[in-house]
Amino acid sequence: MNETSPSGAGIQTQKPRLGPRGGDAPGQALKEKLSVRDVSFFYGEAKALKNVTLPVYERKVTALIGPSGCGKSTLLRILNRMYDLYPKQRAEGEVLFDGNNVLDPKQDLNLLRARIGMVFQKPTPFPMSIYDNIAFGIRLYERLPKSEMDDRVESALKRAALWEEVRGKLNQSGLGLSGGQQQRLCIARTIAVRPEIVLLDEPTSALDPIATAKVEELIYQLKNDYTIVIVTHNMQQAARVADYTAFMYLGELVEFGETRQVFTKPTKSRTEDYITGRFG
Amino acid sequence: MELAIYRRRRLTNGVVMTLAWVAALSGILILAVILATLFYEGFSGISLKIFTQITPPEGEDGGLLNAIVGSLIMTVLGTAIGTPIGILAGTYLAEFGRGTRLAMAVRFINDILLSAPSILIGLFIYDLMVTRMHHASAWAGSVALSMLVVPVVVRTTENMLQLVPDSLREAAAAIGSPRWVVIMKVAYRAARAGMITGVLLAVARITGETAPLVFTASNDQFMSTDMSQPMANLPVVIFNFANSAYPASRQLAWTAALLITLAVLALNIGARTLSTPTSKQS
Repeated sequence: MNETSPSGAGIQTQKPRLGPRGGDAPGQALKEKLSVRDVSFFYGEAKALKNVTLPVYERKVTALIGPSGCGKSTLLRILNRMYDLYPKQRAEGEVLFDGNNVLDPKQDLNLLRARIGMVFQKPTPFPMSIYDNIAFGIRLYERLPKSEMDDRVESALKRAALWEEVRGKLNQSGLGLSGGQQQRLCIARTIAVRPEIVLLDEPTSALDPIATAKVEELIYQLKNDYTIVIVTHNMQQAARVADYTAFMYLGELVEFGETRQVFTKPTKSRTEDYITGRFG
Repeated sequence: MELAIYRRRRLTNGVVMTLAWVAALSGILILAVILATLFYEGFSGISLKIFTQITPPEGEDGGLLNAIVGSLIMTVLGTAIGTPIGILAGTYLAEFGRGTRLAMAVRFINDILLSAPSILIGLFIYDLMVTRMHHASAWAGSVALSMLVVPVVVRTTENMLQLVPDSLREAAAAIGSPRWVVIMKVAYRAARAGMITGVLLAVARITGETAPLVFTASNDQFMSTDMSQPMANLPVVIFNFANSAYPASRQLAWTAALLITLAVLALNIGARTLSTPTSKQS
């Protein structure tokens, strides 16, 4: 922390450089799907996020990295207002989602969460059959005939690369699957609702390397259709799957940029220290 | 290494272990003696006429049909009244009232109700219903029993819902489920076995309760299904006949006690089967 960057003053700069600097496919305009603007967050009195501003680009993977307690999961849970389940938590600032402020108290949370899905650190299958796990979210907003529902369940499981493993046992409990399968079931459940954005909160931290590789491959596939924000402790993972990376520390956004740039030429010394393993 | 310390520890261990064994065995022994007496006395009175004839006047021969029917009706009704109230209150405590003063107050009062002497409940309902209707009734008996069901169900419902991890609630909310769906379709589902166990235990508790019924449902010599009139029931038959001078009446009391015990046993076995992990999902 006491390291100083060559330029000295660079550390103090709060505003990160926004936006990518080249390197993107030419002619493909980037659209900001979510704009986090000057967002602060409080757990009771404790301020956990300090004036974070960050873009999330459409159909790209944005990784949030940083040491434990830096606020990356907190930031993720603001994007779908998950914190609203707990009375003592509160956010300030704005998060624009296609022009609407997500943090507006009038925002309908159920509709918001149907559009911004979330997958958690630990797999959370519901105590019901594999089929019903997937159909659960669809039934909330659509009334489908059985055959169409079957198709939706099948396509969600296929997209989550789980279909081949569960096709013969859709009526068995989702709790009977292995950890890696459960996590892919949760991803299938999330995308079955057809959200626009998928938030992943350390989705592979409870999985073994093979299951992790499968989920990462899945993330790579999903970004063709979804905007993805992933919180991860694993820097190699961020480097592998993310187009953009945000480095956070002590509730502040230290640096945001294209993943390659953040990992190879970080502009802030704290980013470099973290990435090279000098702290965190 | 100091062997003295080690030897002393072994000795202490031996003494405490022996005491624990004695305590456990004496507890089981007392229970075994009670059960053996009950089975010995009760089974000798079991015959077809117990289930076909109504309770006789003291000293005469007869059965328990009207008392069995009365107990069943009032137990079912008491459970039917108490369970929804208990589940709703337990749901409030676990899902909505977390950390609020109201929830703390409700939980505290519920704990008092849970350990309140059941005769107090009987007197309360007597004052509330019987004095106003001017006579005992099966309604009053059912309501009194329901007041014993409520605190048990509140407690088990709250505890079982607390065991459902918040991550599951978050996961349900994260796909856009409204709160009621989260509770009804996910939390209840995850807590289902435990909640049913709680209801069964509540039923087991009221099956043998006498005090709430003595003043409220009272007793009836005849077969009656009229809820606004007094109704016969097994516990009050035991209460009336247990000290009778006539062996025939005392025999009926023993048999009634056996029937209640068997019912409670069955309910407890049912509750235990439901709450063991093997009967849970996969």
